Amino acid sequence: MPPPAALAAVPAPPRSRRGSHTLAVLALAALLPVAVILAVGLGSAAIPPADTAGYLWAALTGGTIDADEVTRYQIVWRIRMPRVLLAALVGAGLAAAGVAMQALVRNPLADPYILGVSSGASVGAVAAGLLGAGGLAVTGGAFAGAVGAAVVVYLAAAGLAPLRLVLTGVAISVGLQAVMSVLVYLLPDGETTGTILFWTMGGFGAASWDVIPVVAVVVLGGIGVLHRLRRDLDVLSLGDETAGALGVDARGLRLGLFALTALMTGAMVAVSGAIGFAGLVIPHVARLLTGAVHARVLVLAPLLGAAFMVLVDVAARTLAAPRELPAGVITALVGVPLFLALMHRRR
Amino acid sequence: MDLRLDGISVGAIVRDLSLRVPAGRIVGLVGPNGSGKTTALRCVYRALRPTTGTVWLGDADLTAMRPRRSARHVAALTQESHDIPDFTVAELVALGRAPHGDGRSTKDGEACAAAMAEADVAHLADRHVNGLSGGERQRVLLARALAQEPEVLVLDEPTNHLDLRHQIALLSLLRNGKRTVLLVLHDLNLAAAACDRVAVLRDGALVASGTPAEVLTTELVREVFGVEAVVVAHPVTGGPHLLYSLEGDPS
Repeated sequence: MPPPAALAAVPAPPRSRRGSHTLAVLALAALLPVAVILAVGLGSAAIPPADTAGYLWAALTGGTIDADEVTRYQIVWRIRMPRVLLAALVGAGLAAAGVAMQALVRNPLADPYILGVSSGASVGAVAAGLLGAGGLAVTGGAFAGAVGAAVVVYLAAAGLAPLRLVLTGVAISVGLQAVMSVLVYLLPDGETTGTILFWTMGGFGAASWDVIPVVAVVVLGGIGVLHRLRRDLDVLSLGDETAGALGVDARGLRLGLFALTALMTGAMVAVSGAIGFAGLVIPHVARLLTGAVHARVLVLAPLLGAAFMVLVDVAARTLAAPRELPAGVITALVGVPLFLALMHRRR
Repeated sequence: MDLRLDGISVGAIVRDLSLRVPAGRIVGLVGPNGSGKTTALRCVYRALRPTTGTVWLGDADLTAMRPRRSARHVAALTQESHDIPDFTVAELVALGRAPHGDGRSTKDGEACAAAMAEADVAHLADRHVNGLSGGERQRVLLARALAQEPEVLVLDEPTNHLDLRHQIALLSLLRNGKRTVLLVLHDLNLAAAACDRVAVLRDGALVASGTPAEVLTTELVREVFGVEAVVVAHPVTGGPHLLYSLEGDPS
């Protein structure tokens, strides 16, 4: 029986994805500042949200603080604020770099560390430490190691064919981890555990205002560049041949994405270690909510990543207080089950 | 505008191939596996740069054009088959507008709607691409190519995965359109029915070209494909139609 005419004439259902996308973006944009204020207030010395907001307002507008509140102000502005901001930036950046990497190697199970960037960073940092460097020089060593590892992977893969790139990245990572293990033997005993934990699991304990501007420029700039490439990223996902027929130079785009993700991920790993799973899982959660179109994924994923990482850092600071858990422990505890669930969804 | 392959060679895969597709006509490339059909097509849609020779569209050299510009003239339906992200049909078809700008103008919307109507996928607009049947998916990919509003359409075995009805529908769509079409077909009878001219490739070289009746003869099919065929006239259209018998059958 043919459907009644009235039913057949019903227009296509409204684009529910677009609606839920706008809703999710607005909700996250409103939630993020609230999460930041709450996160800044939480810690070994809890500070009420209203006071926190007041201190932040005073810091931003140059207001005055009572003499007896200076210590609490210092905690909020000098210690916790850069830490929470760094968590938000790294969360956003890892999510965006994950989106880019998954497009680059055309593999939904790729993450930003697949190019060996994280193992390269740990080798660079430990090597710098052994050479007597400290503070920002170690960060610089980590960044150099991260980008160096990406360059080695690029050269060893002899091109940017997706599967070769993934396999080469995995192989180089294993090699670099071996180098890291050797270097760690050379470290003074007291530093071993902390060093390994920081570089393999990550954390925001080393945050300071010194690194925020650089990380902000690299991460936000990188997200901006990815936004400009959003349509090309969609087209690339159809395959290199089809992309070419649509006027997109797949090779050139891949090379650009490779350089961009290496730079972004290198900068993030250098300041916060290798925090796993966020760069893998957040892009998927974003796609589940909003579909695969990069114009939307590249808005939602960084917002989700930022909010998620701020919460992760709060958990890292408070769950085992006064001790601190590595951020990667929390993301793994949340991320591994999510990852398995996502894999099953894909059949 | 005419599409002309002018003495193109790609290594030893395609050798000095010259071929003209008159404006608005359909030319079918046929030949055994590995005869260079796909490679020749790839030169037209810019996936490959011929070692020597040129592809002309009218008097413009396609091989020298910026890819984004040539993509406004030439669209391709390739054989690529891998996972596509979870786009909806409308989102995927809209990617066909990529060479034309940001894809948000009224004209973009109209081109997509027309392409989806022509490929008979308008009713699938909000479906997810990964939930479609192979045939539906192929028509969606065709709609994506049509949304490019190309003068030239290049198709690599477009009837793969399609059931009989949709094979006929797709070739009828091409016949009813005004585009210049170069396509690879395996099925010689479909080629005879759909194409104005047929070009036969063997080992990368053109061995015959002409109307289906001129080209698709018992001798040629034996020589090029190694198959015995009887050519009869189609009782309705009068075009050539090939009948095959399995090897060893009594004749």
